[in-house]
Amino acid sequence: MPRKARIYVTLKPTLLDAQGRVVQQALTNIGFEGVRDVRIGKYIEMDLDDAAASEETVREMCAKLLANPVVEDYRFEVEGA
Amino acid sequence: MPEAALKDPEITAEVWREMGLSDSEYRQVEAILGRTPTYTELGMFAVMWSEHCGYKYSRPVLRLFRRYREQLDSGALENAGVVDIGDGFGIALKVESHNHPSAVEPFQGAATGVGGILRDIFTMGARPIASLNSLRFGDLSDPHVRYLFEHVVAGIGFYGNCVGVPTVGGEVFFDPCYAGNPLVNAMALGLVRLDRIASACARGAGNAVMIVGSRTGRDGIHGATFASVELGPDSESRRPNVQMGDPFTEKLLIEATLEALETGAVVGIQDMGAAGITCSTCETAAKAGTGMEIDVALVPQREEGMTPYEIMLSESQERMLAIVQKGREEEVASIFRHWGLNAVVIGHVTDDGLVRVRHNGRVVAEVPAKALADECPTYQLDASEPEYVGRLRSRSVRGLEVEDHPAALLGLLSRPCIASKRWVWEQYDHMVQTNTVVFPGSDAAVLRIRGVKRGIAVTTDCNARKVYLDPYTGSRMAVYEAARNLVCSGARPAAVTDCLNFGNPEKPEAFWQFRESVRGLADACEELSTPVVSGNVSFYNETPESAIYPTPVVGMLGVLEDVHNHLTSAFREAGDRIILLAAEWPEDLWPALSGSELQVMLTGEPFGPLPGLNAYRQKTLFAAILEMSASRLLSSAHDVSEGGLAVCLAESCIAGGTGAVVDLRLPGPVVPSLYGELPGIVLVSAPASRAPEILKVAGSHGVLAVELGEVGGRDIVIRAEGAELVRTSVAEASRVWESAIPAAMDTI
Amino acid sequence: MKFAVLRFPGSNCDQDAYFAALNVLRQPVEYVWHESTDLAGADCVIIPGGFSYGDYLRCGAVAALSPVMGAVRRFAASGGLVIGICNGFQILCESGLLPGVLLRNRGLRFICRHVHLRLENSATPFTRAGREGDVLRIPIAHGEGNYFADEATLRELEEAGRVILRYCGPGGEVEDRHNPNGAANNIAGIVNREGNVAGMMPHPERACEPLLGSEDGLVILNSILGGSA
Repeated sequence: MPRKARIYVTLKPTLLDAQGRVVQQALTNIGFEGVRDVRIGKYIEMDLDDAAASEETVREMCAKLLANPVVEDYRFEVEGA
Repeated sequence: MPEAALKDPEITAEVWREMGLSDSEYRQVEAILGRTPTYTELGMFAVMWSEHCGYKYSRPVLRLFRRYREQLDSGALENAGVVDIGDGFGIALKVESHNHPSAVEPFQGAATGVGGILRDIFTMGARPIASLNSLRFGDLSDPHVRYLFEHVVAGIGFYGNCVGVPTVGGEVFFDPCYAGNPLVNAMALGLVRLDRIASACARGAGNAVMIVGSRTGRDGIHGATFASVELGPDSESRRPNVQMGDPFTEKLLIEATLEALETGAVVGIQDMGAAGITCSTCETAAKAGTGMEIDVALVPQREEGMTPYEIMLSESQERMLAIVQKGREEEVASIFRHWGLNAVVIGHVTDDGLVRVRHNGRVVAEVPAKALADECPTYQLDASEPEYVGRLRSRSVRGLEVEDHPAALLGLLSRPCIASKRWVWEQYDHMVQTNTVVFPGSDAAVLRIRGVKRGIAVTTDCNARKVYLDPYTGSRMAVYEAARNLVCSGARPAAVTDCLNFGNPEKPEAFWQFRESVRGLADACEELSTPVVSGNVSFYNETPESAIYPTPVVGMLGVLEDVHNHLTSAFREAGDRIILLAAEWPEDLWPALSGSELQVMLTGEPFGPLPGLNAYRQKTLFAAILEMSASRLLSSAHDVSEGGLAVCLAESCIAGGTGAVVDLRLPGPVVPSLYGELPGIVLVSAPASRAPEILKVAGSHGVLAVELGEVGGRDIVIRAEGAELVRTSVAEASRVWESAIPAAMDTI
Repeated sequence: MKFAVLRFPGSNCDQDAYFAALNVLRQPVEYVWHESTDLAGADCVIIPGGFSYGDYLRCGAVAALSPVMGAVRRFAASGGLVIGICNGFQILCESGLLPGVLLRNRGLRFICRHVHLRLENSATPFTRAGREGDVLRIPIAHGEGNYFADEATLRELEEAGRVILRYCGPGGEVEDRHNPNGAANNIAGIVNREGNVAGMMPHPERACEPLLGSEDGLVILNSILGGSA
């Protein structure tokens, strides 16, 4: 049975998120009040074999490829780990 | 004998009508097969016999195009037309519409339009070297229109930029008639050695049939029938019918396909667009007079549990069908694998003329290839001239007044149809492949061909308002306008590809517009010796509320003998003389305002009789300009189109960053002289020392030539009858022209 | 001087770079596929523009992990010349051969146009054919050219003179209104500490023939060749 890993890659909080700003403005324009801030990230879902489904492995994937440490943070959940 | 699959629905009238087949067409299918069709077979017929694939309504009219007629009759209809441009090179060119998908999902609709037309080009063995797009939207004050415009442009950029083909030109028009029916026509050109054009024939019984490229999913099933009906309120729910494009895969496919063709092992190749595997199998077999047997279970699939019907009708993008010499399958497959693409043998060519589809060995469809590909029933639809034509033609255009000429000029420059489209084309990489010599913004794009002196120029044109007023004359004018744009770039017009966008042909008035339009295009192309080498028909561009103007988009290719000797529309040096060249300057100038931008700006609607268009006189104008260009007499050339002479002059000033002073020393009333849109009027500029020579060349061709004034200063100055009508700074004109569309779009 | 032009799935300015080297510079040049670790004896490696791997995940992220980049890393460590153009610059940043990252243009749209660049430092192998203060007219074509690095890195780049090109006006004015994508300090191109690896967003290979509108890219290309403009 493959196990799921769910990874969230987000822009570091100090960085300007131009895309998020545009979305915030668009939401306000279509009538949603009280939208203070919008930041847009990436959600990655993986089906992993038992051997690969460990926190250590997923952390390595994030460090090596899935997130760019210069500008991105990440967090993740691995089913059954 | 095929067997029905276990879960296939029973064949009933409801089923075949839902698929788009009429009752009589269904009976023809039964007659051809001699039995009830299976569900898969029914789907195959429905899609191949749709207007989009089968041209059942348009084919009788398209026969007016000579080359199409000759190819149809000899059974040699090509994918994209190839034009010999000398030096052993050919240019493949074609244009295609993706209107309905773009109305529902503008980003992916436009993107996949680009992808689809590119495949039509490289399936001929031609490397895609340029893309153009002709776009129409409703009024920009409508937020939904802005949404469509924004996302269509983004989608074209998304696909074109990633795939590495420069998007070098096109046009964008805005008119309320397109509000519910945006038009997205994608054109592409490719370069091929004339002795290396790939074939689309499945020759040689025993040869392998391979599918290459992306996996097959459930995208766009019955996309072809979606294109063959009007858009209605439930069109949004058809969203799953819109395909997703992957330009990265397409780029790999281009490289792999061209490399595979080099081996000589590929006997025939066909891209998969509308009707996917169904279309590519039956067409390649029909062209060769052979048959084909495939097992769809072997097709690489992206989803679980796809039925044979789904696999045969899927319109998943970025796939090709390759017919490969028996024994060399691995050689070809390894090339596709090198580029990271699937390449799987799914069957072989037979000699029985049938397309036999198996699913895990079981036969689910067995249909004569020619019946699907060539024997789509055609219909002679009724045509009747709409009432509005006579009524609008007889409305007088005389006496349209302009109180404030500077305001009129600036008003015209700020109209979205005329204003700078830089907002659009700066989102496109128009330089990749380092062949672009004249960028977007001039009359035509000019590209060099590496290794030779010759170059090519290309443009798309259609003033649909004129076609609406008079489909025959308006369409002829579109062809002449395209030719004029090429000539103003220094190129000799060579060939045409056309995208015919019309309403519902089952309505006699719309069919009349279509027939008259094609007649106009065909006559003009014969007159100019620019054959229609390829094209596309898009019907049903209407909603319950309205239909579009008949919009036959003309894509035209020209050849420059020496690409270094090209022209742009920009004035160059202060002191250069400005000369007006006219093919025809009629006694009654007022019809020049019929359907003009000024008329619509001032009155809100197009009306009036169109001016005449004399083929002989228009051609002498072209010959004169080409002679002047070849003799390197000219600094610039720009033709009069929307907005008339005033806008033409302003555009040359803005592009050159310099003013001009002209005196309208021409017979006739000022308003139609200055803002009228006569066909065959060109403003050229040249150093003063060359002016006499230019006048002489014009005279020798019988072309009217009048020196109007001089380039220089910081203002655009237009005088007439002793008075100064316009004095506007180039800076102001430029600001108004450049900012109109960004201002409309950047109000999110 | 031998050039190697890397080719990744999705590179599309590889041919342009190849022909610039072959036809304009008239130097031997060879393509090197991303799976190869043999740089064909090149003196200079060009990492061309395009959309390697479709720009998926992040621009250049997947390409940075190709076998060929291991060879490029070793080549650079031994002093070989490497220039990354556009996507090539993105790949160099992702592989750590250059600091910082290229983010999405602040206008959020792809931009293709000629820009003016100020040559900031003529003491590098990529700029020695020009003079400090020269204004070059070279095109850009990108959606992600917004150079970003943290404060400390930016300070180091500036103090060590490692910024080689900056977006400017026609007269050399380095101002925000001439910054097409929001790049920090109008940075258009940088070099590494050793000065042998450069990355630039503009495309010099598109500006080396008068027919195509500008020859200013030759300053960069001729610098690589050995000095004279």
